[in-house]
Amino acid sequence: MTTSQLTGGVDRAPWWRVPQRQVPVLATGALLLVMYGVGVSQYRAFSSIQVVFNVFIDNGFLLVVAVGMTFVILTGGIDLSVGSVVAMTAMVTAALLRDGLPPALVLLIALLIGPTLGFAMGCVIHFFDIQPFIVTLAGMFFARGMCTWISSSSIPITDGFWTGVAQERIRFGDSFVTVSVLIALAVVAVAAYTLAYTRLGRNVHAIGGSPQSALLMGLPVGRTKIAVYTVSGLCSAVGGILLSFYTLSGAPLIAVGMELDAIAAVVIGGTLLTGGSGYVLGTVLGVLVLGVIQTLITFDGTLSSWWTKIVIGGLLFAFILLQRLIGIRKK
Amino acid sequence: MSPRHPVLTMTAISKHFPGVRALDGVDFRLFPGEVHALMGENGAGKSTLIKVLTGVYGTDTGTITLDGAEVSFSGPMQATAAGVSTVYQEVNLCTNLSVAENIFIGREPRRFGAVNWRQMRRQARELLARIDLDIDVTALLGSYSLAVQQMVAIARAIDVRARVLILDEPTSSLDADEVAQLMRIMRQLRDEGIAILFVTHFLDQVYGIADRITVLRNGRLVGEYPTADLPQIALVEKMIGKELDALEQIDEQSRRDLATVEAGTPFVAATDLGRTGSVAPFSLTIHAGEVVGLAGLLGSGRTEVARLFFGADRADLGRLTVDGQPATIRRPVAAIARDIAFCSENRRTEGLVGELSVRENIVLALQAARGWLRPVPRRRQDELVQRYIRALHIRPADPDMPVRNLSGGNQQKVLLARWLITEPKLLILDEPTRGIDIGAKAEIQRLVAQLSDGGMAVLFISAELEEVLRLSHKVAVMRDRRMVAQLANDDTLDADRIMRAIASGAPQEGPDPA
Repeated sequence: MTTSQLTGGVDRAPWWRVPQRQVPVLATGALLLVMYGVGVSQYRAFSSIQVVFNVFIDNGFLLVVAVGMTFVILTGGIDLSVGSVVAMTAMVTAALLRDGLPPALVLLIALLIGPTLGFAMGCVIHFFDIQPFIVTLAGMFFARGMCTWISSSSIPITDGFWTGVAQERIRFGDSFVTVSVLIALAVVAVAAYTLAYTRLGRNVHAIGGSPQSALLMGLPVGRTKIAVYTVSGLCSAVGGILLSFYTLSGAPLIAVGMELDAIAAVVIGGTLLTGGSGYVLGTVLGVLVLGVIQTLITFDGTLSSWWTKIVIGGLLFAFILLQRLIGIRKK
Repeated sequence: MSPRHPVLTMTAISKHFPGVRALDGVDFRLFPGEVHALMGENGAGKSTLIKVLTGVYGTDTGTITLDGAEVSFSGPMQATAAGVSTVYQEVNLCTNLSVAENIFIGREPRRFGAVNWRQMRRQARELLARIDLDIDVTALLGSYSLAVQQMVAIARAIDVRARVLILDEPTSSLDADEVAQLMRIMRQLRDEGIAILFVTHFLDQVYGIADRITVLRNGRLVGEYPTADLPQIALVEKMIGKELDALEQIDEQSRRDLATVEAGTPFVAATDLGRTGSVAPFSLTIHAGEVVGLAGLLGSGRTEVARLFFGADRADLGRLTVDGQPATIRRPVAAIARDIAFCSENRRTEGLVGELSVRENIVLALQAARGWLRPVPRRRQDELVQRYIRALHIRPADPDMPVRNLSGGNQQKVLLARWLITEPKLLILDEPTRGIDIGAKAEIQRLVAQLSDGGMAVLFISAELEEVLRLSHKVAVMRDRRMVAQLANDDTLDADRIMRAIASGAPQEGPDPA
């Protein structure tokens, strides 16, 4: 007997055929190009490279948070606490700087808060086997509450180091980016590498595919789950610091609903909400799509900013349907 | 056989669960380079023994030695690391990852801490070549058939210099060719010196490959025998623990002949019924009291025919009459309203609700038929459930036990009970005896015979021709999604003739020897 009977079902894909798992990312990429093309054709100033850079500058913190969210969603989980953790990090930063602590120490403390909370939530999710939705919802209320406990009003940041970094312009010809953009891109690079080339990253994919199988294959399921919430917490902390550079203040009600923007970006970027399939690059494209929509609406000038939400809502529907259709075709 | 040392010895293993003595002083030995079949009915303790061995459960008493050293694994991962790998009945791999990654995840080849994809793919190709499987290792596992996935699971298991390979019912979802392929791989691995522990319900597979057989019954060791010294009938007796000629009994019952059964109007009659892309148009009648067997290879359209009768798929061609009245059955609800019941092949995912109790699962269909506004009184529930637990010998006889804790055979009986209490006029059974032990199989077959004697029409789908022959008055044969023959089950009909019917249309290929 030959093995051809067993292999007959699947032809080797020709090189030009796109693997199905990459279709959503490519769709997002194409959408982004179309939207950019529309902008360039409608508004003269849109073609300036600074427009692109501004999208990154205005959304650097969202990008970092969405990257953390990608880890969580890849395992099939969800992290609703990110927006509040971003706000809490910014609040703590602003409060400690106001109290005169050295910037290096403030940075360290700010960077520890998010991962600690994330680690704690991950432990609760794993050891008590509770839905991530409800655990991170608790984390969200907790962190938001802490913000107002620290101060019920906005705290400005006047520290020299902070304002220096915030105002630093890294020039490319006539255009520039901020330090935050470079940090965000570094986070993206590290995350992409981690997901593609480390055991942690591969275990994240495996758990998203099938937690039971992952367990029976001897993978450290619990440790990985806790790790992704910690990573998400760390990304939120970095996002919070970037936000404090961006606004040079800490405000208790900032970044409300940011978790939803992050989830939207991840899903539009082609990551399956049920886990197991997705790319960091997709998330980057997802964030850029949200950013370009905002930019287009700003350029238009007559539309209410709520149109951003309407368009995002429509896009989310479209992408969820796209995922579903690909899933059905697979069957 | 030269005196050798066993690679694995389990001595006096006992394991209790609340209320159940799952294993009681069981001994088990496994020699290098042998295929050792572990046999027993559902609930005999096979799965528990394997789970104790691989560290999923701890032992109450008893010792396990591997290569002369006493071991106690904390879990499958540690067991795998020590050379004891398991391939489960359900493929436990991640379909969203590539073939190569499924083989190596958890122990990926790395360079400077990074996963070395190129090397992983190369090693995966080498490993698959060892078991003669030529597939694209970069493709997603989910794009391959269950059989290929099973082979990949084996490749993963043997990679870690495995010395003991446990195959827990690996063949229950494979077709004949795939089973032959698996057997070939097992022989090859055995010749390489790997000790294989093989659990299956298929006796012909056991006699085709196993060197020795260990029989368990009710958590106790019955004995260990060289396969050559244990005739099939003796094996069955040892598994059942009583002189079982239940299977023969059904044979002896005089089956009413087709002409008698088919007098009068059929209960259901399909005329050129079909569904584009699923089943070619066919005509078939099923009378009250008649068992119609549906034979054919896996994927030949057997299940699709059943789904048309039940309205799970919508027919777009032909006509259907129920009780002489034209009927369009577009949804299962419509079928249930016409007293048609369907026990699906896939009892775990399509039939039973694992978290609900035996009682709740049994009354589910009756409740659905009555509508949710008229709950079945608790007393009536208890009465019905007790009756069917007794009638079908559902074990344990505890109505409040969650269904997922029952063995496969007993789950099947719960599913049957659910439909029986709705008193259907047509019962469609899709592979009701797959993956269950021979005792439960005999009980279910006897039940089908009884039901049809009592006037129920039955559409019986099975891959086992003997079973179809034993029960049916008429056998419809499917091939390539087309009904190619309807044969009256008289004295001249045997498995050979059915196989010829299945094979007809491709005369140059002989009937499959399997």
